[in-house]
Amino acid sequence: MTLWSLGLVRGVVGQIVGFAAGMALVIASRLLFGFDPVWNQEPALVGGIIIGSIGFLIGVGALTDWFKWMRGIETPLHHGPPHGRPAWTRYFGVDYNHKVIGIQYGVTGIILLGIGGMFAVIFRTELAASGFQFLNPSNYNTYLSMHGWAALAAILLGIGGMANYLVPLMIGAEDMAFPRLNAFAFWINVPGIITLLMSLNYGWDGGWTVYPPLSVLGPVGYQFTFWAVFLIGLSSILGSLNLIVTILRMRPPGMSLFRMPIFVWAVFATSLIQLTATQFIGQAFLMLSFERLLGMGFFDPDKGGAPILFQHLFWFYSHPAVYIFVLPGLGIISEILPVFSRKPLFGYRWIALSSIAIALVGFLVWGHHMFTSGYGEYLRVPFMISTLLVAVPTGVKFFSWLGTMWGGKLSFPTPMLFVLGAISVFLIGGLSGPILATTATDLFLHDTYFVVGHFHATIFGGFVFPFFAAIYFWYPKITGRMYDETLGKIHFWLMTPAFWTMSLGQMSVGVMGMRRRIADYDPALGVEFGHVLVTIAGFTIAFSVLLMIYNLLHSAETGRVAGNNPWRSRSPEWQIPSPAPEHSYASPITVVGEPYDYGIPNSTYVHMAPLAAADD
Amino acid sequence: MTTVTAALEGYTQQLRNNRMGLWLFFISEAFLFGGLLVTRFYLWGNTRPELDQTIGLIVTGVLLLSSFSMNMAETAIEHGDRRTFLGGLAVTAVLGLVFLIGVMVFEWGLFPAIYEGHLKPGDNVYGAVVFAMTGMHALHVISGIIFIAIVWNLGRKGGFSPERHWGVESCAIYWHYVDVVWIFFYPALYLIGTVAH
Repeated sequence: MTLWSLGLVRGVVGQIVGFAAGMALVIASRLLFGFDPVWNQEPALVGGIIIGSIGFLIGVGALTDWFKWMRGIETPLHHGPPHGRPAWTRYFGVDYNHKVIGIQYGVTGIILLGIGGMFAVIFRTELAASGFQFLNPSNYNTYLSMHGWAALAAILLGIGGMANYLVPLMIGAEDMAFPRLNAFAFWINVPGIITLLMSLNYGWDGGWTVYPPLSVLGPVGYQFTFWAVFLIGLSSILGSLNLIVTILRMRPPGMSLFRMPIFVWAVFATSLIQLTATQFIGQAFLMLSFERLLGMGFFDPDKGGAPILFQHLFWFYSHPAVYIFVLPGLGIISEILPVFSRKPLFGYRWIALSSIAIALVGFLVWGHHMFTSGYGEYLRVPFMISTLLVAVPTGVKFFSWLGTMWGGKLSFPTPMLFVLGAISVFLIGGLSGPILATTATDLFLHDTYFVVGHFHATIFGGFVFPFFAAIYFWYPKITGRMYDETLGKIHFWLMTPAFWTMSLGQMSVGVMGMRRRIADYDPALGVEFGHVLVTIAGFTIAFSVLLMIYNLLHSAETGRVAGNNPWRSRSPEWQIPSPAPEHSYASPITVVGEPYDYGIPNSTYVHMAPLAAADD
Repeated sequence: MTTVTAALEGYTQQLRNNRMGLWLFFISEAFLFGGLLVTRFYLWGNTRPELDQTIGLIVTGVLLLSSFSMNMAETAIEHGDRRTFLGGLAVTAVLGLVFLIGVMVFEWGLFPAIYEGHLKPGDNVYGAVVFAMTGMHALHVISGIIFIAIVWNLGRKGGFSPERHWGVESCAIYWHYVDVVWIFFYPALYLIGTVAH
């Protein structure tokens, strides 16, 4: 085995070669069309970004099969680890098994979450005292903006990980509907992430929202962000397309839509948003890129453009995007809660439909981010009402979670603790929502740390806590071994109070007048103590996540063997061996009952061939 | 179940998946083109730039014609008529190229030596939106022509049969889709509103 046989290495080399080729291409065409000067940094870099990303995809091998199809060569799907190389190498190259791709998504997501968190800890430390300690305003802004997009990309990857690993397993499918597209959709993230990290070299300072005119006038680092987000968005679109076809077409006999595991419903709702709304942010970011490159005046009032148009296009994706981030997590909560309550999920159909309702209402609320933007005042009340409407399906979920736990035989291993933590944190986010949705109060709270506190509570409650719960819950199915329960519990008891402190602390400094995205503040505001608390809490969360990563790595070798079904779950993926074999189901499964009839005697969910036949 | 019927069933399954996937892709793309139309109406309102109506009419006619030749090619492969199939594809690709030349050379003025365009992307919001909309559409026409070229090459080597021609089917639907998008773009760019100065 050589280093060159790893797809990732070939991809990075491909990106470097492509980057150089793209820059050369731009220079050559500027020569050809008589532009003066021939060397212009920004177009050359954009050419490098685009061709470099294609170079990565060619290098890693994500396009190889499609190139063969174009020449009329059939390519049968290869199963199992690559020939003549250690099994772990498959995770570093193109592999079409959905479980491998799910792990690739998940691990990349955790790494990027770590990078995003690192940026947060850096500028959080700066904020712990007023005045400038070790950052200047310009790199403070860069780190803050990088924290935004690194963390958001990490969330999209984490969701991709959960969806890719779990959905085919949960619906008893052999794989996703389009395995090659699945691999492509993962690998296009990697040049996107590399491009995003390259922006650090040039800096950009607009926050993750990159509003013009600042993003048109700012440094060239913006171009890297635009194209990185474009690539990661393309992955979202293709991945969600694949998931929708898989969910609608690959279910086993007997699994009607209302007999699917609830997580599959959540992924379906998320995918509907990802498939459609993502186009708007891709388009908006392309428009920004070309406004910078060619002076196209979309958002430039001097040329008849309108900066507010960008906000409309941006939030038409970026508000539903918040539901992209939280719906799968809320699905995880509903999925895990009945297992540890030993009771049926309360109101299954309502939960399933509330995910769809949140997704659909989510398309009608984007204007609540723009109450202070100067758009037509007549728009404020309709957007306020539609935003408050989101509380209804979300309330349905809370009601169902309480109803599920009510009178159940509760047990509290780490995944259950994280689910309960998620509910408590999401409640903080949920209750602070209507305050911001109401125009009158939002006019005062807009652009303060209150918004930061609200947003982080919804994202931690809707994604981070459920994501960690899912990692601990399915860890035995992925590795075949148990994680360390004590370390898991320490992780939870460090992270949850720290997060409450952080979120409530952010909200209270916001109410006291702390504006967001500001590197310094006036000590007379009286927020310094609050910032110290939030910073300590931030470090505690970071430390607890490192503890989890140690736990996951360490237990993969030393943990006790978990067995097929350590949680006594009814879901089909727990009826097969752990770790899940290459072909998940030895023979097709049939669904004969309801998914969450825990505690009901003689109820079965799936029929499957006896395990003895499974070892091929 | 014999292996033959199993293979056939597998193919039908995959074909249905493919069709659904392609239509979902179109729904997704509809939001992209819809976003461009939103931009046009937000920024231009009830006005439009002065574009060359003759060129607009010609390229629109050419693109509509290409849908007929594409349909002819697809019907031909369904009946196993390889000659008409390849001919239809070739005609479609040529009409697509004529459309591209009309837009890029005569509307954009890409080569000022041949024809001086009257709008530049950086001029004002009219130039910006015209180039954004026609540019995004042209990108799809170019990819459609590449798609046709690949299918034509495979068809020449005997790659498709009346029973199995998903490649042709997807190429044809894609081409029609790009065509339909232009049916919305043409009035939005050339017809709706009063000419602004």
